[in-house]
Amino acid sequence: MEFKTFIFYMLATIMVLAGLRVITAKNPVHAALALVLVFFNAAGIWLLLHAEFLALALIMVYVGAVMVLFLFVVMMLDINIDRLRQRFWHYLPVGGLIGLLLVMEMAVVLGGNYFSLESLVPPEVPADYSNTKTLGRLLFTDYVYPFELASIILLVGIVAAVMLTLRQRKDTKYMQPADQVKVRRNDRLRIVSMPAEKESGE
Amino acid sequence: MMEAQVLQFFQTLWGPLWAPIWTWVQPVWPLIWVMVKIVAILAPVVAAVAYLPYFERKVIAYMHVRIGPNRVGPIGLLQPIADALKLLFKEIIIPTKASKALFIVGPIVALAPALVAWAVIPFSEGLVLANIDAGVLYLLAISSVGVYGILVSGWASNSKYPFLGAMRSAAQMVSYEIAMGMALIVVLMVSNSLNLSDIVHSQGKGMFVNMGVGALSWNWLPLLPMFLVYLISGVAETNRAPFDVVEGESEIVAGHMVEYSGMAFALFFLAEYANMILVSAMTAIFFLGGWLSPVGFLPDSFFWLALKISAILFLFLWLRATFPRYRYDQIMRLGWKVFLPLCFVWIVVVGAWMMSPLNIWK
Repeated sequence: MEFKTFIFYMLATIMVLAGLRVITAKNPVHAALALVLVFFNAAGIWLLLHAEFLALALIMVYVGAVMVLFLFVVMMLDINIDRLRQRFWHYLPVGGLIGLLLVMEMAVVLGGNYFSLESLVPPEVPADYSNTKTLGRLLFTDYVYPFELASIILLVGIVAAVMLTLRQRKDTKYMQPADQVKVRRNDRLRIVSMPAEKESGE
Repeated sequence: MMEAQVLQFFQTLWGPLWAPIWTWVQPVWPLIWVMVKIVAILAPVVAAVAYLPYFERKVIAYMHVRIGPNRVGPIGLLQPIADALKLLFKEIIIPTKASKALFIVGPIVALAPALVAWAVIPFSEGLVLANIDAGVLYLLAISSVGVYGILVSGWASNSKYPFLGAMRSAAQMVSYEIAMGMALIVVLMVSNSLNLSDIVHSQGKGMFVNMGVGALSWNWLPLLPMFLVYLISGVAETNRAPFDVVEGESEIVAGHMVEYSGMAFALFFLAEYANMILVSAMTAIFFLGGWLSPVGFLPDSFFWLALKISAILFLFLWLRATFPRYRYDQIMRLGWKVFLPLCFVWIVVVGAWMMSPLNIWK
């Protein structure tokens, strides 16, 4: 067995096991951390495919930012597992149906000719191949309009999220750091010059 | 080159026995050679991490007109070893209701990224473990993992102050990572590469280099605002004073470290100092010309990089002795409302500069 194949199977095994932990872990924090492990292994598999930009971006964006905020929220929630489990059997048929649908769709796509081993031969890459450079060149030449469109959609998402959570409350007292920085001694302190008091001779 | 010399040495050492040994060793030789390189990089790093606290105590002591550690060994030089021994022999207490596995994993996750990141740092011309084209991306990706150590240990302690500390640190580190990344984008624009060695090379040419004062052509001068943003974000990113609200003694005792003792506690300290050295090395490479010599008549060498890293580390300690702690809302304001807009503006400015006839980075 080639060394790369061994690495692939190792990463894939850990990834599948961690994926199982995501849905079986009792504690949501443990589940989120298992998801982080899944991302790491996915990044490893992408590295094997010479897709170093995607792999590192996956770690940077999903592990470094998204999952941190996710954990942030999950850690602060007081989740009662028993109440979540209460209607498990009630929801099982619907959930099972959706799961079955997903599996069928994946079978249709992955089982077809598009993703078979024969039709998906990895391209031979020269030794000085730089995935990052190639990707960047494509994104900013051939795909520049779709790329800019995607950025605008993301920007709209950011603005929408901010607008949804922005509430103007009149009754909160908040500080104006700019005003605080501008404060000088003379605004707060007044030095009064007073004549020295004379001791009355006793 | 070096590899061949090492092999030659062993060949003469073993004489006739060399041929059978080599047939056995050859398949795993690349692995062994990489391991040797990793040890060669990490051993000095760990030694520096051990002696940086000593250096810090001495520097701050002299700034306070004290003497600092001076009892263990000559001028206190054995102090780090004494401290390490003391912590090694202490019991690691795990709180009853803590999440045990995560409680142990936390400090390890905090330290590991600070060491792993050294893989792509170039120390001198060609002296780098992994000369990869996406070096900057790798650094950003790895350094974004460090926050998990603090977050996980704070949560696993199952205690109030550690949890508050973890929350503070997660918010602070994520915020300043963005400012750091944006500052780096400007560096990437002018150096036209993600490879750290190429970034250093791109600083070694220009008008001032031809005049013999290379120090003025490094990125710090043309990108001065970004240099300052990166430096200050670096201090915030490593949770150092004046941004050390994560462990602010007067507010939340020691933040995520409250429940830790013994070596697990020491690992957090090692992680903090390893991160400091790493951030200093990155600043030296991105803005201060890495191993390049500041003047034309002296040769480029690793010595310059070490000198630059030490200077930035000294600045870190100096800041700690000088400034009072920031208020938390002001930290957030500085990151999001000052640095980030400044970076956005500067990206546009430098972009326009590069497109204009005044472009100095051709």
